[in-house]
Amino acid sequence: MRSLLYLCTALAVIALAAWAYRENHLTQQAMNERRALEREIVLLDETISIQRAEWAYLNRPDRLRHLVDLNFADLRLVPITGAHFGEIGQIVYPLPAPRAEFSDTVEVFGAIEHLSAPSETSAMPDGDAP
Amino acid sequence: MIRTPLRPLARILKARASGEDPDLIEQENLRLRREAARDSARGRAEGRLLALAVVFVAAFVVLGARMGLLAATSPVEVSRGLIEDISGARADIVDRNGRVLATNLATHALYAETRRMVDPARAAHELERIFPDIDGTRMAARFMDPNRRFIWIRAHLSPEQMQAVHDIGEPGLLFGPREMRLYPNGRMAAHVLGGASFGQQGVRAAEIIGVAGIEHYFEDRLRDPNQTDKPLQLSLDLSVQAAVTEVLEGGKRMLNARGATAVLMDVHTGEVISLVSLPDFDPNNRPAPPTEGEPADSPLFNRAVQGYYELGSVMKAFAVAQGLEQGTVTPETMIDTRGPLTFGRFRIRDFRNYGPQLSVKDVMVKSSNIGTARIMQPIGATAQREFLDRFGFLEPMHLELSEARRARPLLPPRWSELSVMTISYGHGLSTSPLALAAGYATLVNGGRKVAPTLLKQDQVQAGAQIISQRTSDQIKLMLHQVVQEGTASFARIPGYPVGGKTGSADIPNPHGGGYKKDAVLATFASVFPSHEPRYALVVTLDEPADTTGPEPRRTAGWTAVPVSAEITRRVAPLLGLRPIGLDVANARFQQGH
Repeated sequence: MRSLLYLCTALAVIALAAWAYRENHLTQQAMNERRALEREIVLLDETISIQRAEWAYLNRPDRLRHLVDLNFADLRLVPITGAHFGEIGQIVYPLPAPRAEFSDTVEVFGAIEHLSAPSETSAMPDGDAP
Repeated sequence: MIRTPLRPLARILKARASGEDPDLIEQENLRLRREAARDSARGRAEGRLLALAVVFVAAFVVLGARMGLLAATSPVEVSRGLIEDISGARADIVDRNGRVLATNLATHALYAETRRMVDPARAAHELERIFPDIDGTRMAARFMDPNRRFIWIRAHLSPEQMQAVHDIGEPGLLFGPREMRLYPNGRMAAHVLGGASFGQQGVRAAEIIGVAGIEHYFEDRLRDPNQTDKPLQLSLDLSVQAAVTEVLEGGKRMLNARGATAVLMDVHTGEVISLVSLPDFDPNNRPAPPTEGEPADSPLFNRAVQGYYELGSVMKAFAVAQGLEQGTVTPETMIDTRGPLTFGRFRIRDFRNYGPQLSVKDVMVKSSNIGTARIMQPIGATAQREFLDRFGFLEPMHLELSEARRARPLLPPRWSELSVMTISYGHGLSTSPLALAAGYATLVNGGRKVAPTLLKQDQVQAGAQIISQRTSDQIKLMLHQVVQEGTASFARIPGYPVGGKTGSADIPNPHGGGYKKDAVLATFASVFPSHEPRYALVVTLDEPADTTGPEPRRTAGWTAVPVSAEITRRVAPLLGLRPIGLDVANARFQQGH
């Protein structure tokens, strides 16, 4: 009985030691991974900041003005002035969409119920309802 | 220790005498001795167990606490540049719309470790080829100097240069990572940003420290490791700043001015939307401070903040406001303007004779020195001083720039009755364009004090009420009339009614003694839209001259006003203001009174 107890204890200690050894290595691996990730984050951060700086540099007002001057023939961009503001009344009322003319028979695919649905027929009052 | 005998003779003899077995006594004593030994052994064992238990509990508590602590802390990213205790990290600076004004760029510094060099002479020669300003023979001599082991060659390299140095193939030439401060917009807002340079240097990193402007003022905030990933947001608007700079540069060139400055401010929040001072510089390559000549002619000089000038007639608005506020005059009160006004041996004249009398409104519209002096005369020095102090004209105007603390206004040594009169039309008291913009903002925003700021604000400042709403409305109308009827007729812009006041001040002779001949400081302080002002704009030109006519015209109406009008025309749509007809603005004024 007692020797069984000793055996169990010894086995438990061995198992725990194996587990601790494994955990130790997993932890070290995780830490390595973390370091690699941190390096990558630093690198990406650096890249982002370089891209941001470059974007800001490419969009600097001097350069934009120069580009506007260069491309004036095509784009005709001018500084915005008060004359560029519009009134709501100046917006054209949307014209009715041109109606398609059907002379021949029209082939229709799909379920027949959709064609005879009330919304469809009322939208096309002078269409040929089946 | 006294050992009790197992067979004490006295008890044995007594037992023998009474016929008892003496062995019983020995056994009894033996038992007692064993019990004592057992008790002490148990006590020792219990003590050991207790100590062990305490040690275990303590160990587990420590481990548990550490685990809890680890679980509770938030994950932190390593910040770039944080190596060797020297941090090159620095927060970005962005404008009010988030466009980058200043940022950090990762580059590399070049250094040499001479002991690891294989062919110093060739390396020096190749370096000379890459960097034209390096002297190859001198560099070779430094490389071969046995006392030197370590030489800095370049503070930062471009990627192309770095590749070229790589291609030399010299193992003694090494690269150290460096953060570099970059101002992508070049000269734009140079005076606000200031500039930065390297502080403490290590091989792996170098400190970046702000040397002027907002970089210097917010040094601690920008380098705070907890806030380096949060950009510092300014109130400046880059598009507006670009437009103002462009127009002002054109105006300065056309009018042959020595310098020019413009300040655009939100009258309610005090946010400085644009601050330009010309000539300017490139903060990426900040010039050295001048060692000769006038410091005010240096491009580093911020005219809007450091430049305290006698600004002339623009200050009349404050004199008239005080008259209206104290009830000594109304806009319709007639003022005697017969000239010249003699005071001791001093004579006050007008630009031209405006007849025997003018209403207070026309004193403003026609800009009569005599009229303003007469309005101020009965109010007196104490009241005037106190009134101007409330606007902040007697103190250095605070702004988040390190330069703002260094300049202060010039006050008259003795505030006499003559000072009262000259200060009323803007001579004898110096004011910075920034302070003037803040003063005009207060005049037209309903009378609440405005503290200028360069940081983006979320809400309107609840400043102290300095003048009443009624006075503010009257001043607004007068400023509108100055443009519509008076000296600032060039400021009539279709769609954007502007109110403002011109000022053409004589420039004091720098070598002492009176004023310069044929040189004026032309200022136009304006607010727009005039019926309900949202922005105040101050434009100042130093010694401008309009030479398009038969004789040069130097007054503000011909110089500062057209420039200011062009700025307003360009900037108002950028600020999102809808154009409005002049008749609508006039109708609003009618309703207001």
